[in-house]
Amino acid sequence: MSHAQFEVLSNQAVAICGAFYFIALLAHLAEWAAGRNVPLDADAAADAAAVSGTASAGTASAGSADTLVAVQESTEKMERFARWGLVATGVAAGVHLVAVVARGLAADPIRVPWGNMYEFTLTASLVVTIGYLALYRRFKLAWLSPVVTGFLLVVLMLDALLLYDPVFKLRDALQSPWLVIHVIAAIIATGAFTLGGMASVLYLIKERWLRNQGDPDRTPRRVGYLDRVPGLVQLDRFSYRVHAFAFPIWTFAALIAGPIWAEAAWGRYWGWDPKEVWAFITWVVYAAYLHARATAGWKGRAAAIIAIIGLLTLWFNFVGINFFFGSGSQHSYA
Amino acid sequence: MSESPDERPDDAQYENARDRAATVAPLAPREFLRWTWRQLTSMRTALILLFLLALGAVPGSVVPQNAVDSLAAARWRDQHPSLTPIYEKLGMFNVYSSPWFSAIYILLMVSLVGCILPRTRVYLRAMRARPPKAPRNLARLPEHRTFTTDQEPDEVLRHARAALRGYRVDLAGPVDGTGSIAAERGYLREAGNLLFHVSVLVVLVGFAVGSLLGYKGGVLVVTGGQFANVSSQYDEFTPGSLFSVGSLEPFSFKVTDFDVTFDTGKRNFGLATDFSAGLSYKSSPNGEVKTARISVNHPLSIDGTKVFLIGHGYAPDITVRDTEGNVEYSGPVIFLPEDTMFRSSGVIKVPDASPKQLGFRGEFYPTTGFSMETGPTSVFPDAKLPLLSMQVYAGDLGLDDGIPQSVYALNTDNMKPVQKDGKDFRVDLAPGKGIIKSDGSLIPSTVTLPDGLGTITFNGVSRFVKLQISKNPADGVALAGVVLALLGLLGSLFIKPRRIWVSARREGGRTVVEVAGLDRSAGGDLSGVVDDLAGKLENRMSEDKA
Repeated sequence: MSHAQFEVLSNQAVAICGAFYFIALLAHLAEWAAGRNVPLDADAAADAAAVSGTASAGTASAGSADTLVAVQESTEKMERFARWGLVATGVAAGVHLVAVVARGLAADPIRVPWGNMYEFTLTASLVVTIGYLALYRRFKLAWLSPVVTGFLLVVLMLDALLLYDPVFKLRDALQSPWLVIHVIAAIIATGAFTLGGMASVLYLIKERWLRNQGDPDRTPRRVGYLDRVPGLVQLDRFSYRVHAFAFPIWTFAALIAGPIWAEAAWGRYWGWDPKEVWAFITWVVYAAYLHARATAGWKGRAAAIIAIIGLLTLWFNFVGINFFFGSGSQHSYA
Repeated sequence: MSESPDERPDDAQYENARDRAATVAPLAPREFLRWTWRQLTSMRTALILLFLLALGAVPGSVVPQNAVDSLAAARWRDQHPSLTPIYEKLGMFNVYSSPWFSAIYILLMVSLVGCILPRTRVYLRAMRARPPKAPRNLARLPEHRTFTTDQEPDEVLRHARAALRGYRVDLAGPVDGTGSIAAERGYLREAGNLLFHVSVLVVLVGFAVGSLLGYKGGVLVVTGGQFANVSSQYDEFTPGSLFSVGSLEPFSFKVTDFDVTFDTGKRNFGLATDFSAGLSYKSSPNGEVKTARISVNHPLSIDGTKVFLIGHGYAPDITVRDTEGNVEYSGPVIFLPEDTMFRSSGVIKVPDASPKQLGFRGEFYPTTGFSMETGPTSVFPDAKLPLLSMQVYAGDLGLDDGIPQSVYALNTDNMKPVQKDGKDFRVDLAPGKGIIKSDGSLIPSTVTLPDGLGTITFNGVSRFVKLQISKNPADGVALAGVVLALLGLLGSLFIKPRRIWVSARREGGRTVVEVAGLDRSAGGDLSGVVDDLAGKLENRMSEDKA
């Protein structure tokens, strides 16, 4: 295959994996729609019903044998849709990977596909998918599925519509092994921070939802999405774990690999270039997040807000700097 | 300044201090000092300072900085005459060395030190301490398991001890059929935490020392030109406050050649893919001559001073003669590139010209193109069809006033544009045989100036390189600091501090075993660990029996 053909392949793969993310999103939405008839503790309800032999086993919604059957059907439907969603996401991830690799092969000479914003976004969104799939079982991430798939769909669309650039040769400043080291670290950290930020956003939503829940005795007939989003403690813990993974990588990318490369290419370790300034700001905000999580009065809500601010500075650094400061930044290509 | 939920000495002190401040008034000076210190070193203050630091860094990315791009900063000041004085007062053009920004990070450092010191003391004590004894009621801990076995308590505890490898373990009993084990691990988490925070200080010290003792300079050298490392040879020279010019390394070099390839493909049109300069250098006046090639990402290091190639451009080679053919000026003149196609601008000053001093100001186009919208411009960065187009001034260049002048700007206060037939006279020059225009006329390489001012010849195109020369004696310190900080960070985030207790007591002819754990980090989940240990013990007990 020629370089040009690889470029076409990459573009088509982006379109295809977008379609699969869309299918996954639909499947997960169907999953949660089916879940509205399934009480929170469906397994326990079914067990209790089986043991007592009657359907009125003291659960909220399983009132009769009919409803129990209906609940079982809905539960199966839920599981089926969840499986489809996961399979579609898995396929999308595979095609997404093809898109990234083909993008690298499309350049002449072959290079890592991290030369501009389009390629950076393409790879960072793949990191989000991989991180989500890798942690799915361990952290029981079913609740994150619609958020992740929806997010990926939107990001890939924006990437293809607004950021697309044909394959370019690398400019000389980028021709360095540090491109691989510095940029992949930045990409992984960006993907992970994004995943953690999603959990922080859900934390705020769930926290607000819990506060507005009014009468605690009122048993909701329908079980909505937020009922199934895990409790605040688990959300906070998941968010922290992912941030704790991303923070050292970001430290390495922005404060070690970046300066070393900058010294080789531009003759200074740290020059307060706008991109560097905002990388530093992001680092400081996430450092504040880690501290806030351990400080009375800042735990929970405040920490989640700080994490989201951190994510916004991270994205602003990536997108905003290039649009607003453009040629003013030595990093204007990425 | 670290995350450990159950130990916050500074915060606790802060609360106490605040309570006391509310009740005991007025404060004695000593009390007040103590109160201030505690206030400053509390985690809340540290958090607020972190936010201020992030916020304070923002303007430096919005307003051009003198230290980053002095040209852009000067341009900004020209364009915003009313804001400039206010911004000057606020230090907006030097944010990162401004008093208020320094105040934020110095306070943060003080807060940091105030946090590290007591925590180190606490940590050293904790390092030597034994794991705390098992609480009376293990079932009240968040993670606990219970099972019964026929084995004797001392047997159970012996196995438990073996299973708790990597823990610091204390055994109590068994006395009267009741015994317990207290185990703790993850002592290095706090060490990592402290290492991280100390390393942040090391990085700052490294930076401070480096900027005090080092220097940075920039120079443009035409190919074939020489450079000796003395401050007067630099175009711009920024020494650290403690840097003495006498300690410049006595090296010198000559730029022998410069290579560049511009891409002609459709996609990467005009992109410089490869450029490098050849240097022949001596590390001291009597040293042997060595050669090197430098390019972006590949600087040359001479005795700790580094020479970086950071840019390039054109220097048209010009000769100016009087009417009798005597040379008044000859040599390459640096024209600074203005765009990616290397449309360049510059001036030529001829102080020795007679009857009047001459000045030329104009543009150089390496590959000339023309359109009605843009006028003459450059359409490709390589020197394929070079053209020099300048306006001519005659009069007094103002070089004798004693006021230093930029070599890239022409002071025309005492000069007049040279005219011919009532119009300002422009010279258009192309080297060699010249360029034949579409209307058939020729752009020559030599033009005779009106009013007997002489001739000007465009001999050919030379190139110049932009070099940055810098020395940073403490960069290793800063780098080592960052790496240590990362190591400490990894330790403080991923080492899991936890306490495990196992108790065994005889009850009704059997042994009741309880296993409980306490996670002492901010994000841990011990259920798996406690399950594992309890399961392992239970299996071991039944195996032994079999």
